[in-house]
Amino acid sequence: MTINKIPIGPFHPLLEEAEYFELKVDGETVVDIDMEIGWMHRGHEFISEMKTFTQSIYLVERICGICSTSHPLACVHAIEDIDNIEIPIRARYIRTLVGELERIHSHLLWLGLAGHFIGYDTLWMWVWKYREPVLQMFEIISGNRNHYGMMRVGGVAKDVDPVSIPDLKKNLDMLDKKMVMVANVVRDDPVLRSRLKGVGVLSHDDAVAYCATGPTSRASGVPWDVRRDEPTDAYDLVDFEVIVLQNGDVYDKMVLRVLEVIESVKIIRQCLEKLKTVQGSILNNVKEISPGEGIGIYEAPRGEVFHYIRSDGTNRPIRHKVRAPSFVNIPTYTVSCKGIPVADALITLASVDPCYCCTERSLKVVNKENDPCSIDLLKISREKTERIRREINGSK
Amino acid sequence: MIGWKIFYLLVFPGLLFTGVLGLIVGWVDRKLSARLQFRVGPPFFQNFNDFFKLLGKETIIVKDGIKSVFVAAPLAAFGFLVLISTMIGLALFFHEGFGGDLFVIMYLLMIFSVLVILGGSSTGNVYSSVGSGREIKLLLADELAFILICLIPIIKSGYQIQLRSILEVQSVQGPFIGSVSGAIAFIIGILCIQAKMALPPFHIPDAETEIVGGPFMEYSGPLLGFWQLNHYMMFVIFPFLLILLFLGGFNLHGIGIIWAVLKYLLIIVIMILIKNTNPRIRIDTALNFFWRYAAPLSFIGIILAVFGV
Repeated sequence: MTINKIPIGPFHPLLEEAEYFELKVDGETVVDIDMEIGWMHRGHEFISEMKTFTQSIYLVERICGICSTSHPLACVHAIEDIDNIEIPIRARYIRTLVGELERIHSHLLWLGLAGHFIGYDTLWMWVWKYREPVLQMFEIISGNRNHYGMMRVGGVAKDVDPVSIPDLKKNLDMLDKKMVMVANVVRDDPVLRSRLKGVGVLSHDDAVAYCATGPTSRASGVPWDVRRDEPTDAYDLVDFEVIVLQNGDVYDKMVLRVLEVIESVKIIRQCLEKLKTVQGSILNNVKEISPGEGIGIYEAPRGEVFHYIRSDGTNRPIRHKVRAPSFVNIPTYTVSCKGIPVADALITLASVDPCYCCTERSLKVVNKENDPCSIDLLKISREKTERIRREINGSK
Repeated sequence: MIGWKIFYLLVFPGLLFTGVLGLIVGWVDRKLSARLQFRVGPPFFQNFNDFFKLLGKETIIVKDGIKSVFVAAPLAAFGFLVLISTMIGLALFFHEGFGGDLFVIMYLLMIFSVLVILGGSSTGNVYSSVGSGREIKLLLADELAFILICLIPIIKSGYQIQLRSILEVQSVQGPFIGSVSGAIAFIIGILCIQAKMALPPFHIPDAETEIVGGPFMEYSGPLLGFWQLNHYMMFVIFPFLLILLFLGGFNLHGIGIIWAVLKYLLIIVIMILIKNTNPRIRIDTALNFFWRYAAPLSFIGIILAVFGV
């Protein structure tokens, strides 16, 4: 048996971001997978510790271009957790509205990309066309199609204009109709079914053992959803179902995401109805944050996002820790990719909707003399490049 | 006489005609696919611009690769396609033979796939070699069904293997697609073409998101341009072959011209629709499909053809 190595990355058309996977294959069957992270150095946590609380919300919005509401939402939850700050009811509905719209846009983005990865470009283009109303709704609500800047400690930045609600509903109706169609296509298409059924199975036990979150775990029968189990914002005020499927394969992950989109549409409808009647302020003015620590969680489209903030009573966090859902979802590859053909391995890699820029962390090493500048990142990076070059030259 | 043969080979129906028509049909393919996907699609001259732009680009040859095979594969494949198109075109347009019959065409088409495999595996790149491996498997998958359906017109025309004679029999008896065996062969023929051209759902060898273009990954500049031209030329060769074998060829007088264009467009549109409504299947599914369903069905077609159905 000869084992070949197929490199995927650091730059590969499958991956939008730099990431390196090494598939060890026997013929066309994957026998092992090796992951190497650390291609991006951005230092968000460190920068956040130099900003004020309000500024750090805008900063974490830039952690991920797609979860640009989930990270700020988890961040404000963490800050509000320090002082148990009350949020006005209207602001809670607006937060839920924006969060759910983001879930729709993220799931549709993934569905389109999944279509592209399995060579179904028509699905890709159609789904991305249907994603357009969501972006327009974002524009109506926040003025931006991406990076909405809606979150504030104690509320939201911008009110939803009652005049715009019919417009939003029109867009939502358009989306709803198309989503039911897409759900039927995904569930009924025999070719899609035969291509994805039973591919890259993540069993219930493995999902629990690897602490997978979000659609990755719910498709494997782990009924955990932060929205229902630890409700924040308006999630305890609206009706929705948590979709749980049992098989854990790529097909179930795909169906689950489409069904979640339909659930999100339901939540948004309820929020829009409530916004017509519920009046009041949208921002509880917070003067200062007392010393202490807070934890904020939110069900991002990819799973549970976690923010930890410690305050010393000044206007900036002294520690800000971010754990993105992909950080726990990506290691499930080691079980789900083994023993499947290369052609399936790639859609399995994509099936957890990995977001590498959320996940990547760089580590700053401080030596024993406690000199914080003893090893700088640039030096480490150059040494690594040199080592790789030597390995490549040595292997020839 | 020799002058005419050179004209046939280089101008019509050979190199120039097939190349230009192929690039135009390639545009139809791209435009129609784009419209099906809510996109605008490329302008008419895009394929010509792409090809001539690639001719002016630098060719990067892999240091570790086998240079001669790497360079020769796309050019030889181009030569073979010109030869095939001349043979098919002469029979279709002039009702003449070019010293070759259906078996020669089947061999030459197989050589094209072999050249793709050679070109891909000459680079030593891991993606290219995986792609070449897949091309071998795909060739094994579709070749049996393709050979079997090529036998059906031979049987139906009273064991004639000259392209010209197959056409003559059809002009007397009517196109072979009118019979059960002919219809079966035509449907399987379109699927075989889809596989031989590596179009979706059979774009397994050059899967962009899996193995980054497969055999063509290391190609650049004029050589890549020739691979693309080869691909577009097959948009002419394979539909013409199907028209010749099953749809009764062309009758280029009066209303026959419209029929000829319609026949050609029918096959092209069916191919584009199949292409745009299917995801890429796995290589084992493709083997399964061709060996378990397509080949036995074509064998039934042959039996039916022997009994004259």
